[in-house]
Amino acid sequence: MTEITMIEAIRQAMDEELGRDERVFIIGEDVGVRGGVFRATQGLFEKYGEDRVIDSPLAELTIVGVGIGAAVYGKRPICEIQFADFIYPAFNQIVSEAAKMYYRSNGQWSVPMVIRAPYGGGIGGGLYHSQSVEAFFTQVPGLKVVIPSNPYDAKGLLKSAVRDPNPVLFFEPKKGYRLIKGEVPEDDQEYTVPIGPAKVTRPGQDLTVFAYGMMHHYALQAAETVASEGIDVEVVDLRTLYPVDRETILESVRKTSKALIVHEDNLTGGYGAEIAATIAEWGFMNLDAPVRRLAGPDVPAVPFSHPMQEWFMINPDKIAVAIRDLAAF
Amino acid sequence: MPLSREQKKEMFWMMLLSRRLDERAWVLHRQGKIAFHISGIGQEAAQVGAVYAIEKGKDWLVPYYRDLAMVIAMGMSPSEFVRSLMGKAQEPTSGARQMPSHFSLHHAKVLSHSAPVATQSPHASGIGLGIKLDGGDEVVLTTIGEGSTSQGEWYEAVNFAAIHSLPVVFLVENNRYAISVPQEKQMAVSSAADKACGLGLPGIEVDGTDMFEVYDAVAEAVANARQGKGPSVIEAKMYRLTPHSSDDDDRSYRTREEVEEFKKQDPLIMMKNQFIEQGLMTEEEYNNLEDKAKKMVDEAVEEATKAPYPKGADAATPVYAEEVKND
Repeated sequence: MTEITMIEAIRQAMDEELGRDERVFIIGEDVGVRGGVFRATQGLFEKYGEDRVIDSPLAELTIVGVGIGAAVYGKRPICEIQFADFIYPAFNQIVSEAAKMYYRSNGQWSVPMVIRAPYGGGIGGGLYHSQSVEAFFTQVPGLKVVIPSNPYDAKGLLKSAVRDPNPVLFFEPKKGYRLIKGEVPEDDQEYTVPIGPAKVTRPGQDLTVFAYGMMHHYALQAAETVASEGIDVEVVDLRTLYPVDRETILESVRKTSKALIVHEDNLTGGYGAEIAATIAEWGFMNLDAPVRRLAGPDVPAVPFSHPMQEWFMINPDKIAVAIRDLAAF
Repeated sequence: MPLSREQKKEMFWMMLLSRRLDERAWVLHRQGKIAFHISGIGQEAAQVGAVYAIEKGKDWLVPYYRDLAMVIAMGMSPSEFVRSLMGKAQEPTSGARQMPSHFSLHHAKVLSHSAPVATQSPHASGIGLGIKLDGGDEVVLTTIGEGSTSQGEWYEAVNFAAIHSLPVVFLVENNRYAISVPQEKQMAVSSAADKACGLGLPGIEVDGTDMFEVYDAVAEAVANARQGKGPSVIEAKMYRLTPHSSDDDDRSYRTREEVEEFKKQDPLIMMKNQFIEQGLMTEEEYNNLEDKAKKMVDEAVEEATKAPYPKGADAATPVYAEEVKND
């Protein structure tokens, strides 16, 4: 296996799925000749042609709405939303249509499609190129919501998402696109990562940090930092946010008795609330401390200017502070 | 392709049957036997004319909630419709999950649609894209009310179909009202067809009370689409003869005189007169059709009344299609 970046893993997943299944096509803004603004589709237009890698009009509703139509027809669209911040024009199509089509037709019509979108801050993107949007979708039955944290999972989960007969929202931590590298199998049809299970990525005894995406990467760094201080942290990468893998979460809490949930999305009503509620409802008797959440502050979005951006963003140091607090409880 | 005498009579029958079924739904509502009805009365000529221009079983229909006559013509039985009115199990559109008249018939390529208007239009373009990518010669017919053409979703759908020259026919059923809001408060153009030119397409305007005028226009659009000549926008003008739904009271926004005036242009009566004048049908044949429709609607109500309700817990599924197979 060779070591590649997140973005290359995502590109490889699409390349292999386009090659494996002729029903698969990509549609999005600048995905064609430009190869995507983040280069996620680089070379795919040249390799598969304009019918398989389609430059959409500058209209997110079109990308998703047309994708749904193509999916019910029998295609396997991969829809790219250029930034997660731009997904809202398509919200109606995702929530009213893609999520409900199978249920509302009593199983007559399924929508096998993937909606990819880069999310997250810390990249100087300001209010509208930094948002985390997962919480809008993790309470919508009919959708699956996936956020990978490393190249291996990104490629394997994206391949699973393309093969899944349901609409899958696939949010990619864009700060990690080139920062996070890892070993990934290439040209291996058998290699996928299943949608659903969370994963214990670092076993530990003293407390558990639950995280996903970029925050999972930082959680591992923070765990490493505090290890030298004698705090043995378990880290769980949630990976699939919806449906929730409650069993892995509760199993970890049974073991460590303390839980810290980290996400960069706003605190209130964020995804961490669901994890905290899960632990409170089914893991209360195992707890030695209140469940803690470390999340983005409740301001509308990530500001542009560097000092304000850093004030907003969760980083390994902030996670380490929260770990020490919880460990000392 | 000119319609045969038999086809024309069949089309009239579809109009008549769906009208009598629709009227019965209003009666059932007034009797307290159903909770809700949304009507297509006054729109049957356009609906039947349009749907006979596509090939059943081959082409796609992406309808909206007033298209009872279309969906009956595509193969939904009166009994199935009444089951959906009553929220009964084995109702074919949604297993009684959706409100009535939110149609779907998978076997006839009639796609499920929702209540937020215009959401269906991009789906039609997406199906058209699939057909084009596969090099097929199927066509998609999709419908919408004139008020719903105010939605961005409709513009985006037509725009995408126009860019890629997709085989989609966008039919606007202009019944002059979106609940209470008249056409002049929806658009500054006199016809939704005029909107097509801004998207690079010719717009065609037809009399929606004339089944054969609608048929001719849609048939030409379908032929063009099949030959790869791209999409069309057709507006058929008509009048919604009933309130918006069983929960609406149209006396609050339009006069009785206006409604009475338009009842003189009721497409069912006008088509009946035309059929008799042109010798396509005798009065006796018409009376027989009325008897047949009444009998079918009576039977449909009887059957549907006896049909079981779903169990509450049936609502738990199906949320997700079968799990992924890594083939």
